[in-house]
Amino acid sequence: MKQTVHISVNGKAYDSEVEPRLLLVHYLRETLGLTGTHVGCDTSQCGACTVLLDDAAVKSCTVFAVQADGHHISTVEGLAADGPLSAMQQGFTDQHGLQCGYCTPGMIMSATYLLSQNPHPSEDEIRHGLEGNLCRCTGYHNIVKAVQQAAGQAPATANSRLQPGEAAAV
Amino acid sequence: MARGNMIGASVQRHEDPKLITGAGNYVDDIKLPGMLYVGIVRSPYAHARITSINVEAARKHPHVQAVLTGKELRERQKLPLTITWVIPADLKAPDHWAMATDTVHYVGEPVAAVLVDDRYAIEDAIDLVEVEYEPLPVVTGPEQALAEGATLVHPELGTNKAYTFSASSGDIAAAFTDAPVVVKQRLVNQRLAPIPMETRGIVAQYVGPMRELTMWASTQIPHLLRHHVAEILDLEENHVRVIAPDVGGGFGSKLNILPEDVIVPMLAMISGHPVKWIEGRSENLMNTVHGRDMVYYAEIAAEQDGTIRGVRAVIYADLGAYCRFVAAGLPVLAGLMLPGNYKMTGFQVDVHVAYTNKLFVDAYRGAGRPEATYAIERTLDILADKLGMDPAALRRKNFVQESDWPYTSPSGLAYDSGNYVPTLDKALAMADYATLRKTVDAHNAGNPSVRKGIGMAAYVEIAGWGPGQATAGLGVRNQLFGSAKVRVTRSGSVEVYAGAASTGQGHITSWAQIAADQLGLADTSVRVYEGDTSTVQTGVGTFASRSVSVDGTGVHIAAKRIREKMLQIAAHQLEAAPEDLEVGNDQFSVKGAPGHAVSFAKIAQSANTAHDLPAGMEPGLEETAFFDPANFTYPFGIHICTVDVDTETGETRLTRYIAVDDCGNIINPMIVDGQVHGGVAQGVAQALWEEVVYDENGQLITGTLMDYAVPFSSDLPMIETGSTVTVSPVNPLGVKGVGEAGTIASTPAVVNAVIDALSGLGVTHIDMPLRPEKVWRAVHGGNGNGTAPAAAHAGPSGHGEGTHDAGMHGDSAPTQGGQAT
Repeated sequence: MKQTVHISVNGKAYDSEVEPRLLLVHYLRETLGLTGTHVGCDTSQCGACTVLLDDAAVKSCTVFAVQADGHHISTVEGLAADGPLSAMQQGFTDQHGLQCGYCTPGMIMSATYLLSQNPHPSEDEIRHGLEGNLCRCTGYHNIVKAVQQAAGQAPATANSRLQPGEAAAV
Repeated sequence: MARGNMIGASVQRHEDPKLITGAGNYVDDIKLPGMLYVGIVRSPYAHARITSINVEAARKHPHVQAVLTGKELRERQKLPLTITWVIPADLKAPDHWAMATDTVHYVGEPVAAVLVDDRYAIEDAIDLVEVEYEPLPVVTGPEQALAEGATLVHPELGTNKAYTFSASSGDIAAAFTDAPVVVKQRLVNQRLAPIPMETRGIVAQYVGPMRELTMWASTQIPHLLRHHVAEILDLEENHVRVIAPDVGGGFGSKLNILPEDVIVPMLAMISGHPVKWIEGRSENLMNTVHGRDMVYYAEIAAEQDGTIRGVRAVIYADLGAYCRFVAAGLPVLAGLMLPGNYKMTGFQVDVHVAYTNKLFVDAYRGAGRPEATYAIERTLDILADKLGMDPAALRRKNFVQESDWPYTSPSGLAYDSGNYVPTLDKALAMADYATLRKTVDAHNAGNPSVRKGIGMAAYVEIAGWGPGQATAGLGVRNQLFGSAKVRVTRSGSVEVYAGAASTGQGHITSWAQIAADQLGLADTSVRVYEGDTSTVQTGVGTFASRSVSVDGTGVHIAAKRIREKMLQIAAHQLEAAPEDLEVGNDQFSVKGAPGHAVSFAKIAQSANTAHDLPAGMEPGLEETAFFDPANFTYPFGIHICTVDVDTETGETRLTRYIAVDDCGNIINPMIVDGQVHGGVAQGVAQALWEEVVYDENGQLITGTLMDYAVPFSSDLPMIETGSTVTVSPVNPLGVKGVGEAGTIASTPAVVNAVIDALSGLGVTHIDMPLRPEKVWRAVHGGNGNGTAPAAAHAGPSGHGEGTHDAGMHGDSAPTQGGQAT
């Protein structure tokens, strides 16, 4: 038996008829076509599906669409809808905080939530704040730096890799 | 930018804008009209006879459009799943059909498939397929599988042995006879799961009247997938198109031809509808390849001053239930790479490879090299401990020296280039090793409950796959040469089509840098395309740290040919000799007279309109290059780390990590750093947390990310990276590749650090992963699957005696090391 839900997604209001067992992540991806939110596991470990529900980070694979009835949802598609990248998106590309990009939307939403709660986190607070999101590519190093940049901090520098012009001639 | 400025520049990635805004396009994002969804019915038993399959109830479900059983699929499948690496020539391998028909051989093996019109009906439909089984005895470890009277996984082979392989050089008997010091260790390299964050997925569409199949697949090898799917489904290769859209990581697990690669397109052909299959994470852990799963019995004979006389090992490798795509080659590599960075007078390795009732093993980041490196680097530390010698000094003493090149290793591999001492010196300097050693020793002297340790590992790997003749000689059946096409459009924009297929490595950026470097442009003027067999001329894919040295070189050669043709046109138009021109800043100009120039765009227009070309010149600006390197590349490096080990809880904390890698010339340092960071995280995870566990019935215990311990951000420190540059002579870019370096070096470095921390407590070895419980038991005298100081262990001369597979996977389900959610 379908139910009617009223959900605001990235500032736009939707009225939809949904099955009670429809997960929020599938509502976003399949019903609304917002495929930036990803699914990476069956058990709410990976955080690829993280969105904001009334400004709190939630794993949308563990929320039914009907539970979002009457609420505001923010997804990665909403961050730069007006044009410029958000500070967090800018941090991720500047600091090479993504490789395959699959965890990235969820990671950016979790990190956005983290800074909303703690605008000046320490490295340790960033690492613990992102414990709900798995990344298999980056070793988290550049993700931490991306969040530091978004928080207006000088990203940790911990390498002495060759700089441009230092490479041997080809 | 002038030529030369693009190589070595940390330019931002071209692929990022879509991926940080949710505009990426992964397989599950593809939606086609009338699309149906595939679910796979899988075996719950590790070994059983299928006595009946009843699909009537499933077929009556209102959302079910079709049900396909193994027998029905078998009638339509022309060939079994491809084995592309056949080594040795007498490899015994069972035919691997996409679905079981009479007998299942591992938990998760497909027995039927359902096709439904509502994604949420997949599980309901799977539940309605009634399969009855008669369980059979199970074998779960390689040593057990090779023992007399073992249950046979495939009775038709008459044995569980896939093959044995040996390699030797020098006089190994003399090296060990009367050697002043001999150390031996049994080393378990546990089974791992690759875990790309995007699981596998396939969308298939078949246009029956045209016999045209299109597959969107989350794969590392679009062209190989096309070739093999076509032959397996009995289609012409030019009727099959494979597209790898954005791919969310691979790490080897998408370098394969797996059952779903046949089942899913078959259902598209049967139904006439586009179909989609998206692997669940539990399916991924149960049914997409695992990696590693080898046991070494390693021995080193040395002089009292630490000079290595000989190295020998017996390796038992577990292939699982079938021999998959490149799996046969991995235990061979695990033997051939064992000499590592070291000289010795005698070498011998004997490899025994077995089938068991577990999921098949295949390539996982490093694939054979991490196993070899772990074995030699752990055993070297045991030797250093026995000699009372500093581990850095022991390595330095035995390194192959720069003056030894051209150098052929004791296992017969001709290393392309190397210079290990400066890399060691750089790593030691970055660590401030002497001070660090004193600090750690002083700390531990107080016998604190939290002890500190330092670990290091050297590595050399075989990358850049690779050379046609050499790989054919090793039994590899597919091509491995590089492929690239560079095209300049009439408006002067540049397109690159490359045969690699990025799964996150940043090819779109690096290839643009390589082409722009030749063409005197900014990297942002170049767009790169990969992963579509209908637009990319040919290709192999991305694995084995091969892309930059093979396909990247292809881009370099093709762009150079374009540059040469453009020089001819510019010389004609400027009435100058080509050798008097220089290229850069978007123009071709006379040397020393930058005002006397013709723009890149103008030359592109001339070439693409055939206006104002030198007499007789063919129009167009498009060049294709295929690059078959003369040899593999051999990247190397030194990693050093520090740990805190809490002896009261057994917990290990990684406190510093220093990686100095030599991957030859570097195209984009930012991307190279990123590859090292991620590789290190995966290797550290093997050392400390990750393990695929099967119980004695062959049931998978680690079937979700609740049970399989992928590290969190809070588990890792920042990674300190550094380089030395030893140019590879086997490609014109001088590059070696870096994709697997971190994974190879970090595992032994971390285990060595933990054992160093515990060395004052009489602990000489603990098998991975070094979970808190195992470390605690080793410290407190229980059997934590570690080696108590006086415990005997079987060496190569006594392998199999007193050992069995119960020790393979630890003595309990894994603890989570803080993985609560």
